[in-house]
Amino acid sequence: MSASDTLRRTALYDEHRALGGRLVPFGGFEMPVQYAGILKEHDAVRQRAGLFDLSHMAQFELFGDGVADWADALTVNAIGTMKPLQARYNIFTNERGGCHDDVLFYRLPDRWLLVVNASNAGKMWTYLQERNGRGDVRLENRHGSRALIAVQGPAAVAIVAPLCDLDTASMKYYFCAEGTVAGARALIARTGYTGEDGFELFVDGDDAPALWKTLLENGREAGLEPAGLGARDVLRLEAGMPLYGFELSEELSPLAGGQKWAVKMNKPEFVGKSALDAQLAADDYDRIAGLVLEGRVPARTGYAVFEGDRRVGEIKSASLAPSVGNHHVATALVTKAAAEIGTQLEIEIRGTRYGAQVVGLPFYKRT
Amino acid sequence: MAVPAGLLYSKEHEWVKLDGDVATVGITDYAQNSLGDIVYVELPRVGASLTQFGSVGVVESVKAVSDLFTPVGGEVLGINDALENDAAPVNRDPFGDGWMWKIKLADTSQTSALLSPEQYEALIAEAAH
Repeated sequence: MSASDTLRRTALYDEHRALGGRLVPFGGFEMPVQYAGILKEHDAVRQRAGLFDLSHMAQFELFGDGVADWADALTVNAIGTMKPLQARYNIFTNERGGCHDDVLFYRLPDRWLLVVNASNAGKMWTYLQERNGRGDVRLENRHGSRALIAVQGPAAVAIVAPLCDLDTASMKYYFCAEGTVAGARALIARTGYTGEDGFELFVDGDDAPALWKTLLENGREAGLEPAGLGARDVLRLEAGMPLYGFELSEELSPLAGGQKWAVKMNKPEFVGKSALDAQLAADDYDRIAGLVLEGRVPARTGYAVFEGDRRVGEIKSASLAPSVGNHHVATALVTKAAAEIGTQLEIEIRGTRYGAQVVGLPFYKRT
Repeated sequence: MAVPAGLLYSKEHEWVKLDGDVATVGITDYAQNSLGDIVYVELPRVGASLTQFGSVGVVESVKAVSDLFTPVGGEVLGINDALENDAAPVNRDPFGDGWMWKIKLADTSQTSALLSPEQYEALIAEAAH
């Protein structure tokens, strides 16, 4: 049996094929890494708008009055304080303060939607069930049956709003509402992973192909283009957003991964709190730093990082960054001292060292 | 995918244009298309002595690093310096402005190990399946 026999397809598989998308295995699905080209798609999202299929990400629905308390005890960010129709980034931690996954919670009138990374879908589903031994909440796994389509970019509102039966133009960032988009029942959320304004549209898989086609057609004039996971990775890196498996992992805490802002130590108790408390007190942990490279030579995950003669860490993510002066940028896990903004570091690439400077994250912020 | 006549090709997706015992080398249209947006090219040094089919440099796309192999061996006479600052011509014009190095063949019989345009077309047609 070849690897492709075990890969799943999203509801939009035929659309990707028809658009000439290059399909690669990602998180157990055959996903488009690019259509016209990563840099062209990146440009579309920054200047106009891009259309993404994110149906590989797992959608879990949580029901019951106990969801907020139950989830607050498993995660670093505050859940109980979320307002109805609010979305919030969060991280499920392990006892050592490492990360099981980074996620988004959406608080809906009658339930919660939890979106987890495709690569962690199986692990997270098992974990949530294990942690629900007393039956505090009811969990429904919609992975694969529910689709997720994102429209991201400055033209997103102009493209999406006319198709909706509710006022999405005045919807606040990180809020959502239930309504219809092009006739399809949807959870419409002003969220994303690109550093641009935009929407994420959660719909039934059966409704996804028609919605995808309508969006492409209606968005054509505004410059909407299909965009793949390759462009998404460049966009999120420029925007300083972590990717699980790179800036965050079971071994890397939210603090190390640069997500201290999301860690609410004033919560009474949560998994890994004492470990994170100890990390904060000692403040000597290696941490993610943003690097801008000086030359034209790209860095890659795993390359060694030096300060003078001393190895101080390694590259986690790297890319050419068109929105950062077309420099190459990277994240690196380095010592506390090396992570200071302005530090001059070197990256070893095929035996030669190339200069890089530590800068504050994000690399790119929309104006 | 363009496979111009009058060139020879390698299984590693480089093309060779022969002019007597001097060859110009680049990567094919198929190669640039497979790699996607190319952001950096590391070429052999002028004067270096290369062995046929040896790894002599790298080509990097947004997503990946790939080795460059030389389809013929000999001494490097010149390189396309312009690519060091801007590798985009490799995507835009792989058989023209995207050329990579010129090499003086150590032994012209090496070309018998290369593919004709027809053979190369068959190779990439097979790779597409």
